[in-house]
Amino acid sequence: MIPTPHVDWFAISTILVLLGASFVALLSAVLVPRSWRRPFASSVAALGFAGGIVTSIWLYVDSPDGQRVIASSFYRDRWTALAQIALCAVGLVATLVSVEHIPGPGSLSDPARRDDHIAEFFALLLAATSGMAFLVGAANLMTLFLSLEWFSISLYIMCAIDYDLEGSLEAGLKYLIIGSFGSASLLFGSALVYGATNRIDYAGIAQQVDKLGLSHDVLLVLGLAMIIAGLGFKASAAPFHMWTPDVYEGAPTPVTAFMASATKIAALFLAVRVLNTAFPQERYLWTWAFAGIAVASLAIGNLAALTQRNVKRMLAYSSVAQAGFLLIGLSTGTPLGARGMAFYLLAYSAAAFGSFAVLAARERELGEPVTLDNLAGFGWERPFLGLAMWLFVFSFAGLPVGGGFVGKFYVFSAAYEHGWTWLVIVGVAATLVSLYYYLAIVRAMYMRQSQELRVAPVSGGSPPPERLLNAAVGAALVVSVGTLFAVEPLITLARHAAAALPF
Amino acid sequence: MNASDLTTVLICLPLGAALLIWLLPLSRFATGSLAVLVSLVEVALWIEQAVRFDYGARGLQNAQQTAWIKDLHVSYHVGEYGFSLFLVGLTVVAMAAAVGYGFWVGRDRPRAYFGLMLFLTGATVGVFVAQDLLLFYAFFEAMLIPLYVLIGVWGGPGRIGATLKLLLYTMSGSLVMLAAIVVFGLKYGTFDLIASPTSPSRWLFLGFMLAFLIKAPLFPFHGWLPDSYREAPAEVTAVLSGVIAKAGTYGMLRIAITKFPEPTSFYRTAIMALGAASLVYGSMLAFRQPGFRGVVAYSSMAASGLIALGLFSGTNLGYDGAVLQMVAHGLVSAALFLLAGAVERRTTTGEFAYLGGMARGRPALATLLMVTGVIALAVPGSASFAGEFLILAGSYQRAWWWAVIGASGVVLAAMYMLRLISAVLHEARGSLVRDEAMDLRPGELSLIVPLVGVLLALSFWPAGISSHSFAGDNPTKAVREQFR
Repeated sequence: MIPTPHVDWFAISTILVLLGASFVALLSAVLVPRSWRRPFASSVAALGFAGGIVTSIWLYVDSPDGQRVIASSFYRDRWTALAQIALCAVGLVATLVSVEHIPGPGSLSDPARRDDHIAEFFALLLAATSGMAFLVGAANLMTLFLSLEWFSISLYIMCAIDYDLEGSLEAGLKYLIIGSFGSASLLFGSALVYGATNRIDYAGIAQQVDKLGLSHDVLLVLGLAMIIAGLGFKASAAPFHMWTPDVYEGAPTPVTAFMASATKIAALFLAVRVLNTAFPQERYLWTWAFAGIAVASLAIGNLAALTQRNVKRMLAYSSVAQAGFLLIGLSTGTPLGARGMAFYLLAYSAAAFGSFAVLAARERELGEPVTLDNLAGFGWERPFLGLAMWLFVFSFAGLPVGGGFVGKFYVFSAAYEHGWTWLVIVGVAATLVSLYYYLAIVRAMYMRQSQELRVAPVSGGSPPPERLLNAAVGAALVVSVGTLFAVEPLITLARHAAAALPF
Repeated sequence: MNASDLTTVLICLPLGAALLIWLLPLSRFATGSLAVLVSLVEVALWIEQAVRFDYGARGLQNAQQTAWIKDLHVSYHVGEYGFSLFLVGLTVVAMAAAVGYGFWVGRDRPRAYFGLMLFLTGATVGVFVAQDLLLFYAFFEAMLIPLYVLIGVWGGPGRIGATLKLLLYTMSGSLVMLAAIVVFGLKYGTFDLIASPTSPSRWLFLGFMLAFLIKAPLFPFHGWLPDSYREAPAEVTAVLSGVIAKAGTYGMLRIAITKFPEPTSFYRTAIMALGAASLVYGSMLAFRQPGFRGVVAYSSMAASGLIALGLFSGTNLGYDGAVLQMVAHGLVSAALFLLAGAVERRTTTGEFAYLGGMARGRPALATLLMVTGVIALAVPGSASFAGEFLILAGSYQRAWWWAVIGASGVVLAAMYMLRLISAVLHEARGSLVRDEAMDLRPGELSLIVPLVGVLLALSFWPAGISSHSFAGDNPTKAVREQFR
């Protein structure tokens, strides 16, 4: 008989809260009358995320010493908790944006059907976040794969939620196919690693490699390479990024916002843990591999973004490029790199989420995809959203108006300390290239008049007031700008979190 | 409030006021008045600081330090030396004039405009007082952000191209500087300008210098200059050439020369050659320009060349003269660009082909342009003359031919300045100069007269700056020992 493991319920409380909320939201799809569904499901989602934030903060405070719980399959430590806090926060603001913006503009032939699937959407959003919250704490390759699929499948459906729109369906399908390829690669890699070491838990793999002298074993290295590829798909780093522009463009904008920030948080927090815990002996290999991936992402993301006219697509490529900057931190394999990356992720995800949320507002106003041309005059028409967008893209570009500045400084510092001055120079060159297209957004918003370009408004009257979206953008703005000033407290959080990792 | 807090207040007051202006739905008039008021308070606070400043004391004054990124030993560290005090003074005075000009002209979208102008004030003050490399960099970049929008939104027809050039040029320099800062800070364990040791690394020196050479700008890094100076609104060009370009030469003095003594002497000849080339080439280009702004723009490049010549001569006289020249030229070019704006508003053009004869019936304009122009061409007795003379004397001590080249620049300055004055004020009346075009109005006078007044005061007492910039009479020693 298999012995029942002791279950530390508190360690997985965030996941359970989110999952519970997800069930309630899903039930509301059949139990709550249609006119009440949207407010009910969104409130449940908001409460769920708020609860998740509370439990993960509690977990952070209460787990100064990391440990593995539940048959050694899950890490209860601050690294997990920090990622969970960030994920739940992203989920919360995603809920705020989704209330008004799901389904997307022009996606329904019959407006009466607008509330048909809203409860399922929030259920999926909660489930996806819950899966991500599980992923970042996964302690063996099995739970890793399980949670990866868990959130991926939720995201596949969320991408296709505007099922009347070809683009949305295409995004869902494309993400499904390419995402499955990534998952398969990761699964196959896990199998190879298991084959080489006979273990699936991270710490065990490292021990076994030590014991059997497996370092640079062909099977192990091949497995590692495939795991890296699988993680690269999820983090949308080049050359595994090819799904990113299409999916980000086609998916409903709130979903894109959620994916751009939450998926990166989950994938990168996980990557740092897996690589440092399971493959410390292969550090030399994977640091160089990720340095290569970082350079490729910087080059491809930035150069491709230069020629985009569709703003969502441009920001998609920008997120590939940003993955490159984040991976600079990861690729050093040092504590400084890890906490630098964690810090950069906070700043990045706020700016990424915020910028897509602003696009959602503009999209709704126009009823068509946002391009650099029809963004004209936006900054003057909607001063708050315009200013926010301005600050977000400048934060991406590493100008000192947002945490992106400090984040870039951190990852560059980590690269230099690792002895990779060349990577600093690559990063600096990439930043310079990126300026061109980030400035193009600001230029479009402020320096051209909408009359000049004759953008036709969708319907008469002023755009609908969007308090929830404004609140979400405001929150993102506070985080994005706040990370510039409150470096010390945040980096202390990140340092404590990174202390849980075996450096 | 003690004088140390004042340093932070000088940075934060305009930033806070900018935020306030963006948040509060004030009327056009209220916004403008608030901005002008804040700029005047800045000037008053600076005067308070200047009065309390101990010009004889060595070391940093009015300093404040708080940890920012402890992890990497970065802190919010601000403070002033004599020369930084004067540059802060230049900033607040020129910005006050520019903000006032914007108010008087009545720029549209006042909340955005005045907010950005105040933001620019705060960031520029920050550059001149920052004593931590990363903080310096942050302010150095932060200056660009409002500048970009100010030119891009309120600029002339070619503004989009101009802003793009400005940003790409200056950012390519400053990003290289960021790499240099990261390497410098981690190599020596601190980003603090005072606590860090000097470095013998030539690569790092070049990394810093590239940013400063582009910002100043010196030949051949001046590609952004003509477009930006032509397309920006007059008062923005005034601060761009008068104040912001000085961040480049300030950086050379505060960081490049102080922190890299060995590379400085290694590259001395090369950089002095660039300075001399900028001086001569800039002056010749200024002489060939078809319009008011072009002349002043290239004369700014020439002035930057002269300042670099003085700084890199590495002599007592050179340092003193360079600081004096930074302030004097800052005021001169601010005043000249505001006058250019005034002329353009009256005639819709700055092209000499359509100008001329404006002196008749416009005594105030004629007098002010004449006085500023004469100071600009460094007529003996003027503040610029004192500065240029000190610089030339300093470079003569380095080698006589530097002084010869420098002196040729002074001759060229007379040529292009007199050409400008006669093309605008004298000669036959231009086709776009109408009789109804008014003389300077009291509003304009109240902005330009103080600038010229300060210049005249400096002309009477150049030692006010030149012997108070570095504690003691020995700037070379101060640069060698004091700033660390």
